[in-house]
Amino acid sequence: MTDATMTTATIAKVEVETPTKLFWRKFRAHKGGVAGLIVFIAILFVVYVGPFIHTIDPNKIDIRAKNQGPSWNHPFGTDNLGHDMLAQVMAGGQISLAVGMTAMLLALLLGTLVGVMSGYFRRLDGPLMRVTDLFLALPLLPLLLVIIMLFRDTLRAAFGPETGIFILIVFVIGVTSWMHTARIVRGDVLAVKSQEFIVAAKSSGMREYRIVLRHILPNVLSSIMVSATLGIASAIITESALSFLGLGFPSDFPTWGRLLFDGANFLQITPSRVIWPGLAISLTVLSVNYVGDAVRDALDPRTVTH
Amino acid sequence: MKRTKLLLAGTVAALAFANMAHAERGTDGDLKILFWQAVSTLNPYLSGGTKEVYSSSMVIEPLARYDATGALVAWLVTEIPTVANGGVTADMKSITWKLKPGVKWSDGSAFTAEDVVFTWEYCTAPDGGCAQKAQYEGITKVEAVDAQTVKVTFSEPKYYPYSAFVGAQSPILQKAQFKDCVGAKAPGCTAANFGPIGTGPFVVKEFKPNDVITFTANPNFRDAAKPAFASVTLKGGGDAASAARAVLETGEFDYAWNMQVEPEVLATMLKAGKGKIETAFGTQVERIQINWTNPDPKLGDKRSTVEGGKHPALSDPAVRKALSMAIDRDVIDEVGYGEAGKPTCNIVPAPDIYISSTNDWCLKQDIKGANKLLDDAGWKKGSDGIRAKDGVKLSFLYQTSTNSVRQGTQALVKDMWSQIGVASELRNVSASVFFGGDPASPDTFQKFYADVEMYTNNFDGTDPEKYLAEWLCDKIPSPANGWQGQNIPRYCNPAYDKIVNELAKTGDLKKRAELAIKANDMLTAEGAHIPLIHRGQPSAISATLIGVDMNAWDSELWNVADWSRKK
Amino acid sequence: MFTYTIRRLMFAVPTLLVISFVIFALLDLAPNDPLGELPLTIPPEVREQIRAAMGLDQPFLIRYLKWLQQFFVNEPLNIFEQITGLTVGTGERMRVLSWATRSPVVDLIVQRLPQTLWVVGMAYVFGILIAIPVGVISAYRQYSVFDQVGTFITMVGYSVPTFFTGVLLIVIFSSWLQWFPSIYDTNLVVDSWANFVEQMRQMFLPVLVLSLYNASQITRFVRASMLDNLSMDYVRTARAKGVREKTVLLVHVLRNSLIPVVTVIALGVPTIFSGAIITEQIFRVNGLGQLLITAVQGADIPLVQTLTFIFAVLIVLFNLIADVLYGILDPRIRYD
Repeated sequence: MTDATMTTATIAKVEVETPTKLFWRKFRAHKGGVAGLIVFIAILFVVYVGPFIHTIDPNKIDIRAKNQGPSWNHPFGTDNLGHDMLAQVMAGGQISLAVGMTAMLLALLLGTLVGVMSGYFRRLDGPLMRVTDLFLALPLLPLLLVIIMLFRDTLRAAFGPETGIFILIVFVIGVTSWMHTARIVRGDVLAVKSQEFIVAAKSSGMREYRIVLRHILPNVLSSIMVSATLGIASAIITESALSFLGLGFPSDFPTWGRLLFDGANFLQITPSRVIWPGLAISLTVLSVNYVGDAVRDALDPRTVTH
Repeated sequence: MKRTKLLLAGTVAALAFANMAHAERGTDGDLKILFWQAVSTLNPYLSGGTKEVYSSSMVIEPLARYDATGALVAWLVTEIPTVANGGVTADMKSITWKLKPGVKWSDGSAFTAEDVVFTWEYCTAPDGGCAQKAQYEGITKVEAVDAQTVKVTFSEPKYYPYSAFVGAQSPILQKAQFKDCVGAKAPGCTAANFGPIGTGPFVVKEFKPNDVITFTANPNFRDAAKPAFASVTLKGGGDAASAARAVLETGEFDYAWNMQVEPEVLATMLKAGKGKIETAFGTQVERIQINWTNPDPKLGDKRSTVEGGKHPALSDPAVRKALSMAIDRDVIDEVGYGEAGKPTCNIVPAPDIYISSTNDWCLKQDIKGANKLLDDAGWKKGSDGIRAKDGVKLSFLYQTSTNSVRQGTQALVKDMWSQIGVASELRNVSASVFFGGDPASPDTFQKFYADVEMYTNNFDGTDPEKYLAEWLCDKIPSPANGWQGQNIPRYCNPAYDKIVNELAKTGDLKKRAELAIKANDMLTAEGAHIPLIHRGQPSAISATLIGVDMNAWDSELWNVADWSRKK
Repeated sequence: MFTYTIRRLMFAVPTLLVISFVIFALLDLAPNDPLGELPLTIPPEVREQIRAAMGLDQPFLIRYLKWLQQFFVNEPLNIFEQITGLTVGTGERMRVLSWATRSPVVDLIVQRLPQTLWVVGMAYVFGILIAIPVGVISAYRQYSVFDQVGTFITMVGYSVPTFFTGVLLIVIFSSWLQWFPSIYDTNLVVDSWANFVEQMRQMFLPVLVLSLYNASQITRFVRASMLDNLSMDYVRTARAKGVREKTVLLVHVLRNSLIPVVTVIALGVPTIFSGAIITEQIFRVNGLGQLLITAVQGADIPLVQTLTFIFAVLIVLFNLIADVLYGILDPRIRYD
């Protein structure tokens, strides 16, 4: 951080503030970011603590109370099997958030790694980008079928049905969605690499990995952040696509994406079945987006104030 | 006001010409049909899928077919051959069909016995991969006695001889069109496969595979007054719910096939008043198969095979019976099927002469009885509420294909079983894998690497003999036969084999029915499976369409020549 | 740059061969089966014969080599014959045949291209046309009402899946208002004004759903990249020199912001060819996306292999175009 500021030489106060404090101060200055963080924490709270307050079992079937609108007992109504929708949305959120976050992080890590490596080291560019091309071209569905066929039973034996399928799904989504990030990061790195301050850092004898960490990464951060926010949304939706293809979680583990998919046909009967999971996904993505914006601003050495 | 007048005028006209309401061919414009599973070819011998069989039935026809009640009707022949009228020989080894005179192909040429003989040659040619070969099983010879007479000879007495050239699965192809497409050359004849020349009411005008087919009325159709529609557009693609919407809500289409949609969703759409749902009941039964062998992964190659040993829990008849008793079939029907299903305890649910009521105890849920049965058998509830005996827990892996109705049923059954201390882990597998039969995949229904699994099966036509033979001991799937057996529960009972073998040697229909009922009762009573729902085939029909006679025994479009537009 | 392009093109051939092999192996390994959709009433021994007729009983390598020959030799020869009217050899050669339809795969693709280009292609063009101005204004007026509303709509547009927006639009516009058809008519021939209007009407809903989704994604990248560049020193320098604000924004900043945008668009254009699976299904557009998904579900290996391979060619090609464009947008980027 300090090296970056030295080269751009805009901030003088850096010495007195630790990077963490500086980051936090800048983050708080970003109103959208703070609001996003609050909403996101609220969602986490509802999803993880909510089930202790609203104690209906999400898999409890009450066939006499099916397709009900919102009521005191069922604030979000019930579905066509008599499941309580609030309980389902909360239970689904635990899985969707975990899958969305972990899969996004995995994809981001892989994508950034490949992108930076191939953008910065010319020798690696060719092979790594051809591998990226290969992954882009692979048909997703047969790939999933093969991965699930090969690994499901092993993972189920090792971690139990729920964790096993979780690992599998996170892995599958992560491994099939890093390519966009990689291409975008590489493009940015190529542009940044040729700028003067990198040339200067190189000629001053700075180590390669330090150049990458200190100079390259902060400058490609905004694209990574956009990829991250979009990545969560697509991971949550991809998970639902896997579920309705029969490749995701067992049907008694609700997820936001699947609640939305199952509810789509019931749009006219019980609109709350689609409104709540849809709202939950959108709110999560929006809040993460604002947090991402704030993080980017806070880490960007050039933005001082707004 | 004006409309009322028109309506009145229409009614008067309809009354006046009651007998010749549609006296003219092609006066009712375009008929729009929707198949959400799109049609990939119009040659049912190359595909065998229901959608291909149904759509091609508007063009090519069999010699005889089943009507809506399941009775045989002479279609391109003068009468149904029987022993009584001399059409079938007394030794049951040959059957002679007499073709209707004057039937023409849509290109104007005459329909002759040669075409019938050719159809048999076409489907039985080596390397052709004919999907309907089973219809021609046991035939040694098909010969044209003269231009109007076909004689079929069987290698052994065939007590139910109406399989070849009967029903939508076995229509007649034109020899002139397909003569260069026999055997390995069959797939290469794209033009013929996409536009077969037929004797039916419609002619293929354009075929876009997996998308849309346009038909026009056959100018050479044998009934000069039919069909009433000038053309048919058969569109494919999408999903069942949106197909129902296109008929019932937006009114864009006249007929949609296979409406597997939750009943309340259909009910909402029906409120628009643009159409109705009609269901035909055939022989489809949704059932839970019980694995009699041990699917424990530790057994490796011996998993779910007879060599791997009996199932530790499900080999106990009390457990099998309790599982069935705990299920409330009415609830499953109400939630997933509605009008399109009826609770059943039989595996042969139709036709009427085969229906048994011996096992109707299962129609009523009996949680108390099931609990008692398990208690008496020594399965005691543990601290987690799950029953166990000698270290074996009543915890089952319950798999099925991916389909929202099936997942709903799974959730309900899991809930019902939990009330008798039985735990279940749910799994759903993509249908193309589950039913695919790839020996390398662990998830096929034949391999049955689970404790219980749920799907639907049925039999073609009205005779259950071949179907009941699926539970014979030698039909058990195993690595040795590439998992290609049909005895999915791995049920084996010499007494059952004896009944089925006797059925194959019995000609008298009443006697056959008795034996079939005996076999059916035995399967349910012994718990080879848990029958759940007798499933119908629901279709959405526009309010402006008349003449539809839903048929589960043949193609749903079997009488499309009689369909017309309400005036 | 020219030698780089040539070198990349030469290198593309072995890359694509490897890709085609990997795809073939993957499809072969996948547990779904072409016979999965047949009724269970068809007995096992008949199934075996159907499999044999498809050539599935042959070893893996032979099947792969056959596909290579059919795709790289027979199909081009066939196209050559159709264009020139000449006959090479006997003119009888095995084309790549789909297992489900038993017809040549290339014909199927040609049949599906028009509706995919109309709907998915148009939606992509609209998406770009909406995204760039919205992204630029959002960044230039960061945290303005326009930016906030734009951010909200684009994030919702991206996070609500098309399987839901599609159904919602059908319920509103087809069932309720009855303004637009819910089913796309692929037989419609545009030869008059009335037909053209009809075509526009049936394209409206699917194009709307897809444009929103595409625009959402691209807008985010345009905005982020513009923001990065707006705070650069050169912008300040340009402004200080008295360059007009419009020129600063649209010439200097936008040009320098386009690198990630070009990457995203280059990644997106090949996906036009693979179609929009869910949207095509919902509105029954029956383009390449629907062709691909039915083929994948039915394990129609020749069709999936051919479609995916053409897709791979486009990916390699457009990523190359993107790389060349980087050099044009930012002359400092050099590959040699």
